[in-house]
Amino acid sequence: MSKVTLDRVRKVYPNGVEAVRPSSFEIPHGELVVMVGPSGCGKSTLLRMVAGLEDITDGTLSIGDRVVNDVDPADRNIAMVFQNYALYPHMTVAKNMGYGLKNRGLPKAEIDAKVREAARMLNLSEYLDRRPSQLSGGQRQRVAMGRAIVRSPELFLFDEPLSNLDAKLRNQMRIEIRSLQRRLGVTAMYVTHDQVEAMTMADRIIVLNAGQIEQIGKPSEIYNRPASTFVASFMGAPPMNLLPASYNGNGHVALGDDLALPIQADADHAGEVQLGIRPEEVHLSDKGKTPFQLDLIEELGASRLLHGKLAGHEFTVNAPNDDAPLEGTLMLDLPQHALHLFHGETGRRL
Amino acid sequence: MKRAVFSNPWLPILILSPQLAIIAVFFYWPAGFAIQSSFFLQDPFGFGSTFVGVSNYTDLFASSEYLRVAWFTIIYTVLVTFFSLAIALLLAVKADNVLRGAKTYRTLLMWVYAIAPPVAGLMGVMLFDQSTGPITELFGAFGWDFRLGVNYWDTATAMIIVAVWKQVPVNFIFFLSGLQSIPRSVREAALIDNRSASGRFWDVIFPLLAPTAFFLLIINITYALFDTFGVIDTLVKGEPGNNPMTLVYKVFIDGFRGNDLGGSSAQSVVLMVLVLILTIVQFRMMERRIHYT
Ligand SMILES: Nc1ncnc2c1ncn2[C@@H]1O[C@H](COP(=O)(O)OP(=O)(O)OP(=O)(O)O)[C@@H](O)[C@H]1O
Ligand SMILES: [Mg+2]
Repeated sequence: MSKVTLDRVRKVYPNGVEAVRPSSFEIPHGELVVMVGPSGCGKSTLLRMVAGLEDITDGTLSIGDRVVNDVDPADRNIAMVFQNYALYPHMTVAKNMGYGLKNRGLPKAEIDAKVREAARMLNLSEYLDRRPSQLSGGQRQRVAMGRAIVRSPELFLFDEPLSNLDAKLRNQMRIEIRSLQRRLGVTAMYVTHDQVEAMTMADRIIVLNAGQIEQIGKPSEIYNRPASTFVASFMGAPPMNLLPASYNGNGHVALGDDLALPIQADADHAGEVQLGIRPEEVHLSDKGKTPFQLDLIEELGASRLLHGKLAGHEFTVNAPNDDAPLEGTLMLDLPQHALHLFHGETGRRL
Repeated sequence: MKRAVFSNPWLPILILSPQLAIIAVFFYWPAGFAIQSSFFLQDPFGFGSTFVGVSNYTDLFASSEYLRVAWFTIIYTVLVTFFSLAIALLLAVKADNVLRGAKTYRTLLMWVYAIAPPVAGLMGVMLFDQSTGPITELFGAFGWDFRLGVNYWDTATAMIIVAVWKQVPVNFIFFLSGLQSIPRSVREAALIDNRSASGRFWDVIFPLLAPTAFFLLIINITYALFDTFGVIDTLVKGEPGNNPMTLVYKVFIDGFRGNDLGGSSAQSVVLMVLVLILTIVQFRMMERRIHYT
């Protein structure tokens, strides 16, 4: 069984940057965990510590039941796929894939069989004798995958493996990687800053912000119950609307002077709050009670984004595309379940 | 390759003419002159010359002294090239481990390269000086009575050490920048694939350095064969006596000390052919194989 356990793992770079604050979590066997967050939040650092490419400043890291803080990367039984693929330019595809196995002293026939099997899985069989420079970006990506697979590792590590591919290929590879990981049943950690990748691939998502874990949860939890304003605005496109408001502590949140909304919240905090509303969870309705001042319409094809003002604040509505001309002040229906309440200062969910 | 088109065919020649003139005056003319005079026997006092056909060449290859110098040149070139490259590579690998990303240090190390070549030869002479040279004293402390310019092998050793020493910084800079241009992620992938550091070096790092290494190999052979003239000249002080010398130095000695212009012209033609071969090998190899991307 190859679960991964991080216990207060922390990283301080020699220049004093605390790239990862003490973080603890456990990844059960066979799960694919996506780490997502803005640039510079420490995703790669965390992954590289698991790989053994960076020293762990504090805390313990275990793969399976073995503490691996001081174990060589080659002995951790992991495989990593890099953003720029990191193939060996002077080796053929077959050699690239087999290099790790060769160093483990596997007999040549066995390496050959494994490489062939992986190449077949990834549609690379005809390219085994080529050099990486003779392959397309997507094919190189596959070779990098193949190199990871043939090692039969306990843990896959992916650092933005798809970000150098075009949109179409990215969608395709996303699905392939996911199904491959499922089929092989190997635990995986996957770094991305693309929230679509995060939502679609993950068993669980870890949202990082400035070296800190903001939230860990299933994609649906992250989407439906974001733990902070950061998560709320980071996950979801377009992002959740966040409006300054005040909460009276017993069921009503006031937006400005003359707009009060009933809300179900067992929050014991009263006073300044942030009210979060997803653009796709509000509806245009004649029976709605909330006025919305429309400024601009963005056509997305399947739907359209209405940008405007609600109680004097920027607000976006994702409305179905029915070609009806829209103008001026519209009435919105804000269902109670669509309202998220966050602490005014800390940004934590109430 | 794109072909540039000039409307006036004389324009490119005009633009190239300064360079062409320099090549003509300093290379083709003396080269032609050398080829011509290699077929003549010059009167030592400058009273005319006699055509002797290829006898200058046959004399050359029949001369046991010439063959001895040729042998020495080969040994000398192999040793200088090998040690210059090996020491520089070792230093570059060590520096690379420390220097990843540290630009300031790299610049400081570049300075050595900028300073070293002109000063190195002279410093070598001082270091190996018979009465005051610290290296001579050091060897003396180990019981080696080092006699520069007197003992054949002692002089050869000094020649090799100084020549290597002069060339190491150049090679070092090339190796270092070669090492630093290897993507970090490729090294890291190797780190995951292979636990042995020397295995990683020979399987991944060195092959990626091969284009640099091959380029330096040719440069270093050329250097040892031809550019060490100054080193040899300062060390043997124009007194060949029982001292070792290379083919290039022998051209000079025979021509200007021995006044055998025909013979030394024949020698320089032999060297020209050697350069030609080296150049062809270099271009051929550069076109083939050595490139990965
Ligand atoms: N070798 C290093 N030395 C010092 N600081 C570093 C080093 N590597 C990264 N950092 C810093 O640590 C922080 C986290 O970097 P990291 O590479 O983990 O970010 P990331 O989340 O992967 O970002 P991206 O999405 O851009 O790849 C950044 O502030 C970065 O500047
Ligand atoms: Mg990163």
